[in-house]
Amino acid sequence: MTALTGTGKLVRLILWRDRVVLPLWILIFVGLMASIVASFQGLFPTAAERQSYADASAADAGFTSLYGPLHGSSLGELSVWRAGFYPVLIALIALLTVIRHTRTEEETGRRELLGATVVGRHAGVAAALLVTLVANLVLAGVVAAAMAGQNLPVAGSVAAGLQLAAAGWAFAAVGAVAAQLTSGAGAARGIAVGVLGGTWLLRVIGDVSGLSGGGVSWLSWLSPIGWAHELRPYAGEQWWVLILPVALTALGAGVAMALEARRDDGAGLLPDRPGPAAAAPALRSPLALAWRLHRGLLAAWTAGFAVVGVVLGGAASSVGDMVADNQNLEDIFTRMGGRTGIVDAYLVSVMGILGLMAAGYAIQATLRLRAEETGGRAEPVLATAVGRLQWAASHLVFSILGSALALVAAGLTVGLTYGLSSGDVGRQLSRVLEGALVQLPAVWVLAAVAVALVGLVPRFAAVAWGALGVCAILGLVGAALQLDQWVMDLSPFTHVPRVPGAALTATPLVLLLAVALAVGGAGLAGLRRRGIPAA
Amino acid sequence: MDEAIRIEALVKNFGRTRALDGLDLTVRTGEVHGFLGPNGAGKTTTLRVLLGLLRADSGTVQLLGGDPWSQATELHRRLAYVPGDVTLWPNLSGGEVIDLLGRLRGGLDAKRRAELLERFDLDPRKRGRAYSKGNRQKVALVAALASDVELLLLDEPTSGLDPLMEDVFRQVIRDERRRGRTVLLSSHILAEVEALCDRVTIIREGRAVESGTLTELRHLTGVSIRAELAAPADGLARVPGVHDLQAQDGQVRFQVDPGALDAALRELTSAGVRSLVSQPPTLEELFLRHYDRASRAGVAR
Repeated sequence: MTALTGTGKLVRLILWRDRVVLPLWILIFVGLMASIVASFQGLFPTAAERQSYADASAADAGFTSLYGPLHGSSLGELSVWRAGFYPVLIALIALLTVIRHTRTEEETGRRELLGATVVGRHAGVAAALLVTLVANLVLAGVVAAAMAGQNLPVAGSVAAGLQLAAAGWAFAAVGAVAAQLTSGAGAARGIAVGVLGGTWLLRVIGDVSGLSGGGVSWLSWLSPIGWAHELRPYAGEQWWVLILPVALTALGAGVAMALEARRDDGAGLLPDRPGPAAAAPALRSPLALAWRLHRGLLAAWTAGFAVVGVVLGGAASSVGDMVADNQNLEDIFTRMGGRTGIVDAYLVSVMGILGLMAAGYAIQATLRLRAEETGGRAEPVLATAVGRLQWAASHLVFSILGSALALVAAGLTVGLTYGLSSGDVGRQLSRVLEGALVQLPAVWVLAAVAVALVGLVPRFAAVAWGALGVCAILGLVGAALQLDQWVMDLSPFTHVPRVPGAALTATPLVLLLAVALAVGGAGLAGLRRRGIPAA
Repeated sequence: MDEAIRIEALVKNFGRTRALDGLDLTVRTGEVHGFLGPNGAGKTTTLRVLLGLLRADSGTVQLLGGDPWSQATELHRRLAYVPGDVTLWPNLSGGEVIDLLGRLRGGLDAKRRAELLERFDLDPRKRGRAYSKGNRQKVALVAALASDVELLLLDEPTSGLDPLMEDVFRQVIRDERRRGRTVLLSSHILAEVEALCDRVTIIREGRAVESGTLTELRHLTGVSIRAELAAPADGLARVPGVHDLQAQDGQVRFQVDPGALDAALRELTSAGVRSLVSQPPTLEELFLRHYDRASRAGVAR
């Protein structure tokens, strides 16, 4: 197979380039899985408590849409169920990894450099897939060991690991196919993430329909994310389900290589349309340029936020129904961080998650500055009569207002769907919107951290993602891990008023805004003083 | 103001690496100035300092009578720049980039734009990612040349162009000079500099090692002589200012400094000259000799 010549060398190249990232995300997920087990053990020490929690949760549409179906009440079942969104995240990482090592390489011309050496036509795809698939198996192994190490049944622990790997495998293949379709890596990512979102929604609809014995529960079986749940770790493992993701992976790899054999280096299957010969009259400012560069991403995020909002908002009322007749559960939820009502507690945690996601967008939009700089596209703009601050501002408009737009979109859809189902649109819409908007100062603090990194230590700009990761971990599992308050206080999201429910206090918001302004201002001052491109 | 660019004792460090080490460079208004040096000599760094993208560590830099760091935006209205490595936004067409950069600079001559597209044979409808290196360079060139500016800063603008397009480029630059624009042309292509430039600065390891008109540089470096003699000219080796002397079968070749030409010729005529060829050095010889000498000095050190 000369088409695969050199795959081994490319595998080593990928492993070297990803030597930090690859072990890091594996470790993070192992840590998250283990911490969930510990947190359930702490929250529900007795079998009776677990049973009553499981009884209520298993029938709940909100939880089922977020985490998938719950089959039993053992510690293992509850933990894996609660980690039900992780297969989606693993799938996301897998598809991004494959696209980064295939289409991105090709778009930047590095593949051409390698392709001229003794490297076969399909070696690039094969190497990217191989690394991603093996990394997922390693993840499965380590997760299995970590779960079994907490005295959970071995078979279920292996299944819990394979559940993640199955999603990773399936979407590594999706990424490989998407990478063949377009000539730009951004569009390929868009297609693959779109497929992931679509299959996630299929699973949500199928599982929620399954709760009421509905007719479309089979939809879950069309979704690789659904397959991961059907593996049923700790609940009578259905090992045969693994055939599905493995078959899809083989099929995807085959299709990707078949497509690759039919196209030129650098080209996609979907043709590039020619652009206009002259610029529209409006394309005359840095802001107009930034709009062209950001609009696709912004539209995708806003649409994604709106869809997630519909799903999570639709689940909100069933959260209320579930606890209405269960005093025990209400106690549990109050212990988990709710203040006044269970629904409000749910909405607060939903808004917290949306806030973290919006911060992800804000960071991505901010780091565009650095990408423009290292890509050599800042230089021609800055060599015209455009000042540095003006250039920076043109991009920061999107991290500041774009994140606001996405949060408003999600706030509107959560508020509308919950309001419609509870019959009180007017009141709920404004309460929920308020809950979405109070996230903004915290989102902007993270955007400001990214600005500061770009301005002051540009080589470490990507550390902004690490800051988001810390905030996510503190926000999602910090309370369960019973961390010290000062550690929790490191995350700006800790200081966001727990609206709706708690009183809306202005002081923390003003302080967060002040921090964002100071940190962002320091970054901009650094950007004005340093060389571009930074050495 | 008769100097478009005046750089004195410019120093720029990147960490421990000294990229520019006391560089002097003067570009007179209205001239095409060649900025010559091999890769890594500091040409791009100099241009970035001139654009106010990098801040000088020490030395003085004047650009169009202003300070390129603190007055960057005002000065940029009066100049256009073509980077050495042109990257375009993947989803913008070439035509859009040309218009955008022109407008950001303060305006574009539509007639000139059309004429340049025609001369460079460039399709403005392609997306940025679809252009080859040479075509990306053409996009940047058209954007720069169609702008109504006083000064053009060009960083190895022909490194991706084919010979036909290089010829077009030369014609266009000659037009620009006739229009009275100043051009700083960084290059390592000697023929291009020789064909286009009024004055040349040669940079080596961050320092200007030669600067002047080609005639001056040749004058400084002397003449290369080949002669066929009737008898051996033994006295030639003793003439100060004669270098690289080779004698074989009645033929001699040597380099001679301008001041020693008279004495050297006297030695030749006293031996009896059968034929004589004297040549001013080409820029290439100048350049090579300079680098050769420098690297030998480097080894000796």
